Amino acid sequence: MNVLLDNLSLYAEGLLGTVELTVYASLLALALGFLMAAFRVAPVRSLRAFGTAWVTVLRNTPLTLLFFAVVLGLPRFGLVLPFKLFAILALGCYTSAFICEAVRSGINTVPTGQGEAARSLGMTFPQTLGIVVLPQAFRSVIPPIGSTLIALAKNSAIAGAFSVVELLGVYKPLNELGYSIIWTFFWIAVGYLIVTLSISAIFNVLEKHYGVAR
Amino acid sequence: MAGEALIELRGVNKHYGKLHVLQDIDLTVDRGEVVVVIGPSGSGKSTLCRAINRLETIESGTIELDGRPLPEEGRALAQLRAEVGMVFQSFNLFAHRTVLDNIMLAPVKVRKKRKDEAARRARELLDRVGLVSQADKYPAQLSGGQQQRVAIARALAMDPKALLFDEPTSALDPEMINEVLEVMRQLAREGMTMVVVTHEMGFARSAANRVVFMADGRIVEDRTPEEFFTAPRSERAKDFLSKILKH
Repeated sequence: MNVLLDNLSLYAEGLLGTVELTVYASLLALALGFLMAAFRVAPVRSLRAFGTAWVTVLRNTPLTLLFFAVVLGLPRFGLVLPFKLFAILALGCYTSAFICEAVRSGINTVPTGQGEAARSLGMTFPQTLGIVVLPQAFRSVIPPIGSTLIALAKNSAIAGAFSVVELLGVYKPLNELGYSIIWTFFWIAVGYLIVTLSISAIFNVLEKHYGVAR
Repeated sequence: MAGEALIELRGVNKHYGKLHVLQDIDLTVDRGEVVVVIGPSGSGKSTLCRAINRLETIESGTIELDGRPLPEEGRALAQLRAEVGMVFQSFNLFAHRTVLDNIMLAPVKVRKKRKDEAARRARELLDRVGLVSQADKYPAQLSGGQQQRVAIARALAMDPKALLFDEPTSALDPEMINEVLEVMRQLAREGMTMVVVTHEMGFARSAANRVVFMADGRIVEDRTPEEFFTAPRSERAKDFLSKILKH
């Protein structure tokens, strides 16, 4: 119990780091995920191919490997960024592949007639997708996107191995100070629960709100 | 009849795998003309209808609308589709929008009309199809016949040069078919150019200028309803008519 009260600022710093990584990487993942889903259903062949390649590569690469590729690889091309930004990039891109597939499966739940009606009225592809199809797909993609973002929050622990301040990394200094490893991890687990349950709560509200339409 | 071609198909071909659904189709629809396309199921009539606004792509041949060839994908195609209304068998009203929104959406987003103006016009059109009291409901709260009348109003809101009907009454309960056909008859009387794929022979007799009979991907007959229904030339049409007119 003392381990938390004695090191409150250390825990708080770690929690804040995890929250930051989660929020920024989530925003990146959502933006890229929706964009890639749009690419994958676009009438332009090259866009579809790009979206498919994006998903295939990122979904099938182990996240740790992706971290190495970003942290060690990008500087070789002259792109040197703070480790935290690298971590957000790796997490965001990785998760975007899963968001993309969730959104795409949502798009597939909307009857094709909806898109055909929109097109027959002269709407362009972005209009058809944005005004008619996605709003109807949104409802069914809320739960899987929630799950994906919870996974992202937990995956952010890998960033600790790349000297980014986050919650899991808190155990290292505490271990050296001789605190009980069990209680150290107990409070770390509670920290993750705070983050993941918050995400659950947000998505429950979204589901209730958007579930009513129609 | 002005005799001026609005829709012109020449040598149109399309396959679904091995099935040759459209075989060398030539069809001209003049401005103000009502052409009813009939034929057994699988004869390619729906495909023909959908090809006219390129919901189905074709493999060879040309389709011209108002003298302009149908563009490939992209903005030009969208613009052209805006000028040809389409009414579907399954209505396809936007399920997440109210009746009024369904009608206003394309005028506002595609034609960039002002919202209040589009809403006023939408109410006029709803009044015309007898549904102004349903403006704020969602499509799922309406009967099939009402949904189809809204779909017609939605197509009309774009002030199209022509309307395509793809089996507009096939998904309706019998007692609702007439309310939809009545709206279509009224449009025909007002001089709207229409291509109607249907099984409603009564409508074909009373409202069509021409009947196009399709079988196995070909246009077998293309004549006035009088001639077609009283003295079909082909065996295929005789057989078809004997089957549907008997019961």
